[in-house]
Amino acid sequence: MTEAFIYDAVRTPRGKGRADGALHEITPIQLSTQMLEAVRDRNNLDTSLVDDVILGCVSPVGEQGADIARVSAINAGYAETTAGFQVNRFCASGLEAVNLAAAKVMSGEADFAIGGGVESMSRVPMGSDGGAWPVDPSVAFKSYFVPQGISADLIATKYGYSRDDVDAYAVESQIRAKKSWDEKRFTKSIVPVKDVIGMSVLAHDEFMRPETTMQSLGALKPSFAQMGEIGFDNVALQRYPEVERINHVHHAGNSSGIVDGSAAVLVGSKDAGSKAGLKPRARIRAMASVGSEPTIMLTGPSFAAEKALKKAGMKASDIDLYELNEAFAAVVLRFMEALNVDHSIMNVNGGAIAMGHPLGATGAMILGTVLDELERTNKSTALVTLCIGAGMGTATIIERI
Amino acid sequence: MSKTIRFEVDGDGIALLTIDLPGVSMNVFNADLIADLDEAVDKVLGDAAIKGAVITSGKPAFLAGADLNMLASSGDKPMTLEEEFENAFRLNRILRKLETGGKPKKQLQLEGTKPFAAAVNGLALGGGLELVLACHHRVVADDPKLQLGLPESQVGLLPGGGGTQRLPRLVGIQAAAQAITTGAPYNPMTAMGLGIVQAVVPADKVVETAKEWVKKTPSVLAPWDKKGFKYPGGAGAMNPAAVQTFIGANAMAQKQTQHNYPAIQAILSCLYEGGVVDFDTAIRIESKYFLKLLKNPVAGNMIRTLFINKGAVEKGSLRPAGFERKTIKKLGMLGAGMMGAGVAYVSAKAGMDVVLLDRDEAAAEKGKDYSRKLVEKGVSRGKVSKEKGEALLAKIKTTSDYNDLADCDLIIEAVFEDPSIKKDVTEKTEAVIGKDIVFASNTSTLPISGLAKNFTRPHQFIGIHFFSPVDKMPLVEIILGEKTDDATRALALDYVAQIKKTPIVVNDSRGFYTSRCFGTYVTEGYAMVQEGVNPALIDNAGKMVGMPVGPLAVGDEVAIDLSYKIGKATREALGSAYVGTPADAFVEKMVVELERFGRKNGKGAYEYPADGSPKHLWPGLAEHFPVAAEQPTVDEVKTRLLVRQAVEAARCFEEGVLIDASSGDIGAIFGWGFAPWTGGPFSYIDTMGVANFVAVAERLAQAYGSRFAPPKLLKDMAAKGETFYKKGDPRGKLAA
Repeated sequence: MTEAFIYDAVRTPRGKGRADGALHEITPIQLSTQMLEAVRDRNNLDTSLVDDVILGCVSPVGEQGADIARVSAINAGYAETTAGFQVNRFCASGLEAVNLAAAKVMSGEADFAIGGGVESMSRVPMGSDGGAWPVDPSVAFKSYFVPQGISADLIATKYGYSRDDVDAYAVESQIRAKKSWDEKRFTKSIVPVKDVIGMSVLAHDEFMRPETTMQSLGALKPSFAQMGEIGFDNVALQRYPEVERINHVHHAGNSSGIVDGSAAVLVGSKDAGSKAGLKPRARIRAMASVGSEPTIMLTGPSFAAEKALKKAGMKASDIDLYELNEAFAAVVLRFMEALNVDHSIMNVNGGAIAMGHPLGATGAMILGTVLDELERTNKSTALVTLCIGAGMGTATIIERI
Repeated sequence: MSKTIRFEVDGDGIALLTIDLPGVSMNVFNADLIADLDEAVDKVLGDAAIKGAVITSGKPAFLAGADLNMLASSGDKPMTLEEEFENAFRLNRILRKLETGGKPKKQLQLEGTKPFAAAVNGLALGGGLELVLACHHRVVADDPKLQLGLPESQVGLLPGGGGTQRLPRLVGIQAAAQAITTGAPYNPMTAMGLGIVQAVVPADKVVETAKEWVKKTPSVLAPWDKKGFKYPGGAGAMNPAAVQTFIGANAMAQKQTQHNYPAIQAILSCLYEGGVVDFDTAIRIESKYFLKLLKNPVAGNMIRTLFINKGAVEKGSLRPAGFERKTIKKLGMLGAGMMGAGVAYVSAKAGMDVVLLDRDEAAAEKGKDYSRKLVEKGVSRGKVSKEKGEALLAKIKTTSDYNDLADCDLIIEAVFEDPSIKKDVTEKTEAVIGKDIVFASNTSTLPISGLAKNFTRPHQFIGIHFFSPVDKMPLVEIILGEKTDDATRALALDYVAQIKKTPIVVNDSRGFYTSRCFGTYVTEGYAMVQEGVNPALIDNAGKMVGMPVGPLAVGDEVAIDLSYKIGKATREALGSAYVGTPADAFVEKMVVELERFGRKNGKGAYEYPADGSPKHLWPGLAEHFPVAAEQPTVDEVKTRLLVRQAVEAARCFEEGVLIDASSGDIGAIFGWGFAPWTGGPFSYIDTMGVANFVAVAERLAQAYGSRFAPPKLLKDMAAKGETFYKKGDPRGKLAA
């Protein structure tokens, strides 16, 4: 089987996902278009060599609807032979897009493919695409649907993470993110976003709150207590009757931020790279996706990671760096406990608690982040994974050449 | 020839359809009425001389919904799914024809159809209200007590005559979901405010007003048949308001039903799915969910126990024949503690004079304070007028003088559960009352036949066992002592009817029926703690299986030291025949060693924080009763909790404590909150299949102890393929 290599990875800085966010004036198609342009221009890439563009997008409606991937390729001026499609695996869409690009290369279907993602959460709010799961009574009842925040609080309760535990994790995420920006560790991948007159509107992650302390987080009220009270806590307990009551510990300060952003990763075969005069940066060692219990919803990453490690013939301890999307602090704490991963090699540059989680793009973003970090620290292997709505996990293991 | 509808056409060409079922006091939808309505609608639509129609009732009530006896006994002959659907859809088809004139959509929108108006002279519930909603115009009598409602969910069904589609299209999804899932009725003015009815007029003017409207309405269209119809507040899978409503309602409903009441989900599904499609598709969906519920044993069990049998005992089915019905005018209430105070209140409320006696005037007055508080609350909420409240209080005379009991018609005793005190008050009372006055005890623990020995006329001694709080709990358990005669039983039932409560009659036994079976729920919870089952799992499982609270929580409410005392007394009474359970060790340790008596001393299986924050399981439980590494599944815990109670109920049946299966089911649900979705323990056993129940009970007996061993009665029934209930016999098996 052909091996798949990563040749480049780019991302936008993340803008606050609100009307006063720097990227709110930028259309989502512009965000993804500028990423495709960057991949082409940074690599002097003949885009007719790119067989497919795959973009993750979680709310693919309105201006993010109707196959934003293909339209981005057209809009970026790619060769008309470059196809495109949009995928939705909720929060792991961006990583799934890269995995699909890699799979196309491995299978021989594509020589080069781009995987990435886009989400303008300020313009197309979460939930805009509807869906049966929480709404259709016959489905919601059957599956014991609860919102993710309740799931995250259930994880904290079931595995015994206190409010202090999750807050301390959040403070550390902010510290790490600030240090990484201060030391310009993200420079290699960041592509500032430009507006219609070519002016740069955002060159750094806008969401960060480096001044965050345990005290400042302590003042925040739990976000999901009220939602739990109307019934969702009880629904969760019906699935987890060993739990007496849900301890609500998550809030805006220890959960991922709502932001706008996009990312793209260029994947290709060794041959394709050498023909295009490109040097591969890393090999994709293994990929996996897995379903897990949907009510607790966010425990999938450990199972996906284990599945990918098994496919790669590796142990958890063989991985130099881990990157797990910081959807909620408890998700990361539980993963570290499950796989016995030390915090010193987990999300070393901070994560979505500090910098935000543009749903469809995050997977591709954090893959680029950890590749940069492997190169900066001269390490070899990394495992990237995300928790996913409806109970799933997706993971990718990469290894530097 | 119509048996149930009178059909008259007046000089203006307006047909008056008067629903009047022969030989009954209340109109209900039965097979005859459905057929007659079909025919009458055809006649109106088919006769060019008829301009339109008014539908009213020839009885005080308009129409009380489907004949539940018919529903409960339906399904005799095997039918294909298609035939069953056609049956379920029949009423919808007729009502839709009434509404559209049977015209195709385009023609209907062009021409409209003949107007039908409802002249609602009295209550319209269930199918009754659905018929009203299908009419184009609705006139209702101005009686504030007149009920317009869709109560089908109360018996495990949904409104299957378009109710889940017309109501939300009139009032919006959220309001309709509220009304249909709770079954709470509207009064006429509220209904008019919501746009459900168009006119509220004096009762004798409903037909006339409805006719006036028909007269000036040559043709009409239901709002949902007009082009561009929109739900009030929005509907559909992409409407943000509707989406939020369903997300919230789904969670709330799961919390309330614990997945035990399929009707609630089915109703929400009808509202949701019906909001995405056109009306004709929507009513087909509704009928399919209706049929699904009808085929589920939950509906049949709920209908039988909660409606048919509850109604029967309230109407006197347990009363021996041949005794004149008596009215209690003056009640002597001995003991003004919590129970006595409550009995005094409900009796005074029912119009009786009450002599409330206690050791001294102050104690008796304290008991009367209970009534004062309830009256005050009622007045402040506008439920009772000040005058009525004061009249009620004036009926309660407090005293410490036994001579005040002299002219009472009935005595009820609720003094401290101590045999010597009971003896003392019984004797003092007998000395002053009439020579044929019945003496009743509200004891919950002491056998009636024993207490009857304190009375020289044991044939006129009976148990009338109330539940706390008396003003809220619907059941009264009447206990017959060995010598209690039929006249006494009849009088006790007359009294219970007077205070509008639901009676069951049982024979004397330790703990009677309800306390004895309820106790097994609590002690099974304790046994599991003792075995090392996670306490949270136990109490969550209790709620999940349909009990109102978990066994540990309810055990704290009734007090663990009371369990200890009762257990001790039982052991002493039974001697070597006593069969111990792991619960004994739990109770003894909690009471004797740890002094945790329950909520009353703020320390039980739960902690009750002094700052008023919610109770939580006592962390020390894990220390004293270590949680085992291996935990049972929640299904196993649920099964243990229900089967344990059902085995005890079956023993009560076998021992002749119960007189029939239906009393056992009613007593279980209304007495101690046995999971209502089951229809009661005997319905539960039937639904599981007696043989299957026996097999499960035997497995549990092997695993956890002989308390689960199924009684011989069940094994014999299983061998013979018998059930407690047969088709057409809602009262169920009679005790031998």
